[in-house]
Formats: sequence, C-alpha cells, structure tokens
Amino acid sequence: MLNVSIYRYNPEVDSEPYMQDFEFDTQGKDIMVLDVLEKLKIEDPTLVFRRSCREGVCGSDGMNISGKNGLACVTPLSSVVKKNKLVIRPLPGLPVIRDLVIDMSQFYAQYEKIQPYMINDTPAPAIERLQSQEERAKLDGLYECILCACCSTACPSFWWNPDKFIGPSGLLQAYRFLADSRDTATEARLSNLDDPFSVFRCHGIMNCVQVCPKGLNPTKAIGHIRDMLMRTAT
Amino acid sequence: MANIRTMTFDAVIVGGGGSGMRAALQLAQSGYKTAVITKVFPTRSHTVSAQGGITCAIASDDPNDQWQWHMYDTVKGADFIGDQEAIEYMCQTGPEAIFELEHMGLPFSRTEEGRIYQRPFGGQSKDFGKGGQAARTCAAADRTGHALLHTLYQGNLKNETTFLNEWFAVDIVKNSDNAVVGVVALNIETGETVYVKSKATVFATGGAGRIYASTTNAHICTGDGIGMALRAGFPVQDIEMWQFHPTGIHGAGTLVTEGCRGEGGYLVNKDGERFMERYAPNAKDLAGRDVVARSMVLEILEGRGCGPDGDHVYLKLDHLGEETLNAKLPGILELSRTFAHADPVKEPIPVVPTCHYMMGGIPTNVNGQALTVDGEGNDQVIEGFYACGEAACVSVHGANRLGGNSLLDLVVFGRASGMFIEQQLREGVELKDASEADIEAAMAGLNELNDSTGGENASVLRAELQTIMQNYFGVFRRGDFMQEGIAKLAALRPRIKNVALSDKSNAFNTSRIEALELQNLFEVAEATAITAEARTESRGAHAREDFQERDDVNWLCHSLFFPADKRVGKRDVNFTLKTREAFEPQIRTY
Repeated sequence: MLNVSIYRYNPEVDSEPYMQDFEFDTQGKDIMVLDVLEKLKIEDPTLVFRRSCREGVCGSDGMNISGKNGLACVTPLSSVVKKNKLVIRPLPGLPVIRDLVIDMSQFYAQYEKIQPYMINDTPAPAIERLQSQEERAKLDGLYECILCACCSTACPSFWWNPDKFIGPSGLLQAYRFLADSRDTATEARLSNLDDPFSVFRCHGIMNCVQVCPKGLNPTKAIGHIRDMLMRTAT
Repeated sequence: MANIRTMTFDAVIVGGGGSGMRAALQLAQSGYKTAVITKVFPTRSHTVSAQGGITCAIASDDPNDQWQWHMYDTVKGADFIGDQEAIEYMCQTGPEAIFELEHMGLPFSRTEEGRIYQRPFGGQSKDFGKGGQAARTCAAADRTGHALLHTLYQGNLKNETTFLNEWFAVDIVKNSDNAVVGVVALNIETGETVYVKSKATVFATGGAGRIYASTTNAHICTGDGIGMALRAGFPVQDIEMWQFHPTGIHGAGTLVTEGCRGEGGYLVNKDGERFMERYAPNAKDLAGRDVVARSMVLEILEGRGCGPDGDHVYLKLDHLGEETLNAKLPGILELSRTFAHADPVKEPIPVVPTCHYMMGGIPTNVNGQALTVDGEGNDQVIEGFYACGEAACVSVHGANRLGGNSLLDLVVFGRASGMFIEQQLREGVELKDASEADIEAAMAGLNELNDSTGGENASVLRAELQTIMQNYFGVFRRGDFMQEGIAKLAALRPRIKNVALSDKSNAFNTSRIEALELQNLFEVAEATAITAEARTESRGAHAREDFQERDDVNWLCHSLFFPADKRVGKRDVNFTLKTREAFEPQIRTY
C-alpha cells in the first residue's frame, strides 16, 4: 500500500491546515498522480483539487508533488514516490482556497500586466500578415505556456514580491510578444517593464526551468528581455 | 422566495472555450455589457486539446483552392444531413475568420512564403472529389487548439470582457413567454447562487464525451448546456451522432491527431498490413473518421488486432523521421511517450477508436438562434436563447464531422452569434422579466440536491452510466442491444436524481459540481440512447448492424428529441444554397 499524505484545509471547518494520510493500493501500476487523487475522491468526496484535460495541456492541476511543482495528470508515481510515500501539497506561495486549490488572482494579474495580446497599429492586410519560418521559429518555446503557475510558484522572488515581480510565466509571455515579428509595440512593452522589480527581481536560479511541465525556459526569455532593456537604456 | 442576488448583462455567454470566447469577443468589441460564465478558467476549456488544425480554404497550400470544394467535402463527410446553408456560410466566411485570428496574434506555423501552413486531413479533396487529396487544415504545429484558445482569451482581455471564472451555470431561467432570460449560476469558490439576467443567453458549453467510458474529452465535457436545455423542455437535434476518433491512445484515451496521418503516418494491424488500403482504396488512412474507426474495429473483431489482447491497432510514424516529427508533431511525441510509453520516433503508437465529438446539440440557425418546432413542424425561434460550438447543432457536421471543421465551426458561429446579438441589442430587445416563481423553478434541482440525504456516490454512478453507453451505444449499434441499454438507463435515472451530496460546504465544493454534471451527463446519454434506437438506418457515425444501409427515403433528415415525452421527431435538412444548387445525396465512398 502506498502512503499518500495530502494537504487539507476547508475554511468552513478547519481552523488551520493539516496533512492527512491515506493508504492507496496502486495494484502494482505506475499510474499518474491525478489518477490517485480521482480514486481517493471516491472514498472522500470532500477532497478538492482542480483538473480538466488530464493530458498536460490545460494547466489546471499544478500542485506540489513530493516537494516539486508539477502537473498531477502527467506525473507518474514512479517519478515522485520516495520510500513508498507520496506527499501532495498546493502550489506554494499563493493563498489556499481549499485543499489543493489555490487563489491564482495574483498570478493572473501579473500575466495581464504584460499586455498579453498582439499589438499592431498598421492596417491589417486582406489576408494573413506574412511571417517567415525563421521569424515564427522564435515563438517556439514561448507560445506553448499553459499558465499552470508551476514556475512562478517555484520562484522565491515571486514569493517575496508577487505584486511587483512579474514572475517567470508572465515574463515568458512578455517575451513571446516582444519576439513576434508581427508585434509593433516593442518600445512600449519594454518601458512597461523598465523598473527595478518587474524583470530585475529574477536572480537566474532557474527553479522555473526545473519545474516547467512543458519543458520551457523562462530564465532564457528573461535574459533576452534584460538584453533588450539594456540596449534601449544605452 | 428566490432571495438571491441578480446580476444583469446585455449578453451572457455560458462557456469559456473557443466558441464562447469568440462570441464574447464580438460583443465586447461592440461595447455591450457582456459576461462569460465558465466553470474553469477559460484557457482550461477543452478547445485547448485540439491538435491538428482548423480547416479552411485560405489558398495557402494550393493558390487555386476554393471554399466550394471544402463545402463539398463537408456535405459529403456529413453523409448529407448537414444543413447546406450553414455549411456554405461556414466555408465561405471561414477565411475571413481565420485571418482575423491571425491578426490577433495566433502563432500559426508557416510556409516558405510566410503564409499559414496547411496540412492534409481526412475527407479533404480538390475539385469536388475529383482532384485528389487537398491540404486545407491550417495548423500551429500540433497545438492549434491551445494557440487558438489562448489567442481568444488574450483578445478578450484586450477588450475587457467580464469573466465569471469558476462559476457553474445550473439551469435556464425562462419567463412566462417561454423565452430565455438568463441562468441561475453558482460561484464555485464561495458557493453563492446568483440569477444572471440577460437579454441574450448564449450556450457555448461544449460537448459531453464523458458519457462514454473511453473518450478523448476532458473531465469537464459533461454536456451541461444540453442537460440544461433538456430540463427546460427544449429539443436537441441529431444527438445520436457521436464521432469516435480513430486514434485515441489505447488505455488512456488521449487524442492523437489525424494530422499524424495527414503528415504521412498510417495504421497497421498485427500482420503489419496497411489495412485501410482495403477499406478505402483512394483516401486510405485519410478517409472519413467514421469509415476509419469502423475499419479498425472490424480488424480487431476479425482477430487482426495488436497487443496481447488483440484489442488495438498501431499508428506508424517512425518512417517520417525524427526531424519532421519534432517540427510537425511535437505534442504527439510528448503525449505518446507519457501515456503509451511508446516513442513514435522508434515505434508505433497503440491506438483504438475513442469517443471524441458530439455532432448533435441544440438546433440553431446560422445566427446562433436556438430553435424548436411548432405543432405543424415549422421552425420556431426560442427568444433570448442562442447556442454555438459543439453544444449547438447548426448543423455543419451532420452525421460525421470532418477533422479540422470543429475549430472552424467554433470561430465562424461564435462570431456569427455575436454579430447577430449585437444587431438585436441595437434594435432593442424586449423580454418580460422573470417572476420569482420562474427563478425558483430554475433553482429547484439545485435545492433538491442541497437538501438531499443518502443516495449513492456520484463517481460510482457516473462509471455505471459510462459503461452502459460504451457497451450499448458504441461504434456499432443493434436494436435489441440498444433497447436493453435504454432499460438500464431508465433504471439508473432515479438513482442519479438521488445522487449523494455528503459534503454540503460552500467553499470550492467540487462534489456539488460533479453531482450536477452527472445529472447533465445523464440527460445527454438518455437522449442519445433513445434517438439512436429510433434511427433505423446506418449513416455517418451511426452504424447499425440491423439496418446496414443508409435510408434516404425515411431518414434523410435531422432527428429531434423532445424531452417532455421522450419522443423522437424529424426535421428537414436544409438544401437551399445561396450561391449554387445543392449537392444531391450520392453514395459515399473514399
């Protein structure tokens, strides 16, 4: 039997959070962490977590699994069970609503701050705007972000300044638009980020890279933004 | 007394997926007070899982491509019960809608000329079936749904749409004229119940693939809009038509895009034979999805399946080379390695037909207005009520949807609904206010659930429902089996109505949501079952062992399921094109 320890907190019932242990029979199968949660919820319907696509593309079920942020639906037990124990906590650093569900407003607010949409002031052509394959390739590794918040909630700078530091996810998206040959707002976007906190609270410790379930590299994107800011400053 | 808070909007859209956000964008741009009610944060909607692309004659791959050829393919793919007026509108308007998305920033893959990349998909042809395979599906690698959904969310942020994120619509509020004047909705985070009042209520609630045990659909695809419409007494159309996607990963159910076969992959049986050459000599692996899915099941039933239990076939991709796979199908490599433990660069992916798409839904016209029929069988608009996307049946997919047409359906009819509502609002909409009793009526189901004691576990009941649907209403169907399935569903109904809700708390109570979703799933399942049994022919995705031929004399029509008396009626298919004469039914071969 696998020992599963889960963070529990229901604001209507509990004065403080606690860890609850469950025994779980994996029947020898290497299933996903989400499968374990779904089965435990049959036994205990009060257990609460988010989930949707169950294939790693919607970003609902980011959680802290045996100490590392990840998506429950694409995390097999074999990669996270240590000494027959699995520990599941909510993503760290943001307020908990209930059990494994966190309040992500702060995270979304930082995303909105970077103006996450195409800005192009030139009249649109009758067909698509042309973009070369080389220009389009610059968006690979950026547009795939699923907003799961695994990266930003693994970042100590974001824990300290969630209101002022954009965080790795938001900055990856900021660069996604800076890097797009079709976007004409480079200058305004950079000046929007040009303060001591928005970008420069990143100290390059690469926690974000380590946990991104999509294999993306926010630190690299942040480096590119720094370079662009430096260049406009001189 | 319905002592709940009222929130008032010009338009409310239920569902934050592709069609809902496209409709919302249109209305937000027009300045009308618009809200999107969505049970998950918008980018968690199931549109995000669409992979291969969005089919549209933008004439990038082939400069001579014509939308009329796309229309022909779609009519034929639908096995001739798609409404030709709607198909014409979709194929003709499509390019404009695609270019808008590109202008909004959708990161499409590109051709050497810098135009949008298009790949071949199933059922596509040039020159009305006479010019060979077309490549008409616009793609952002194999993450087109993700790119589309995020772009639409971003567009809505730009236009300051109001989002009621993680709110669940419970039931429709109707006034004394039987017009729809909003919904009762539940704020999941706080548990508060609110009457969301609106002059236009758009259902963009997506599909209900979770009625089956094996599905490519997300957990959230529970047919909430269909459930609400049926409980409100409105009919649903062609609900027996369910698409089984040929390539769901065996065991996991996760989707493997048709784009794999578009890029040159093919299916093999245990003897390594490329069996689609026998079933569809011309289109082979790119025949219609219904044709490919049936062929796979026949291979398995005749003992040529793969694996120790012979219960799947293989999708072979390794011959395409690692470079192509990395560039064109990166998401598939990831999914296959994670869920099939197979690296497509070196080995084939085990696949099996898996429930994928609901062709039926709430009947609408091309403006998104929901329809019912009067005593004489004439179409009648339901005032204040609209639907678009998978929840709607406009109907562009008829009995079988072509790959890449669902995303086009979303944006074209999300947009069309938005434009029509904008015009209606400008002209002035007068709907009678709902009375206290009208609001009470929409809260009855929720109140009953909240007051319940005892009952059975929702997960257990849901599994039972899914097993019945999988066993009795799958790829092949037979009258006596279906009657048995209908009887089992009838026995399940009171148990699901009495589902347990042991946790009565308010804060983020997902048990309550799952119980409500289960009741919606049941409504969809029952409508599917009864209508499938009634349609005594084989057409598109509806394949009956006891009625193997298409019956154009009796069934070249839509089915309509009326919930009040569980009656199956018929509605004419539209054959009135604006730009040319209609495509007459012909024998459908690939």
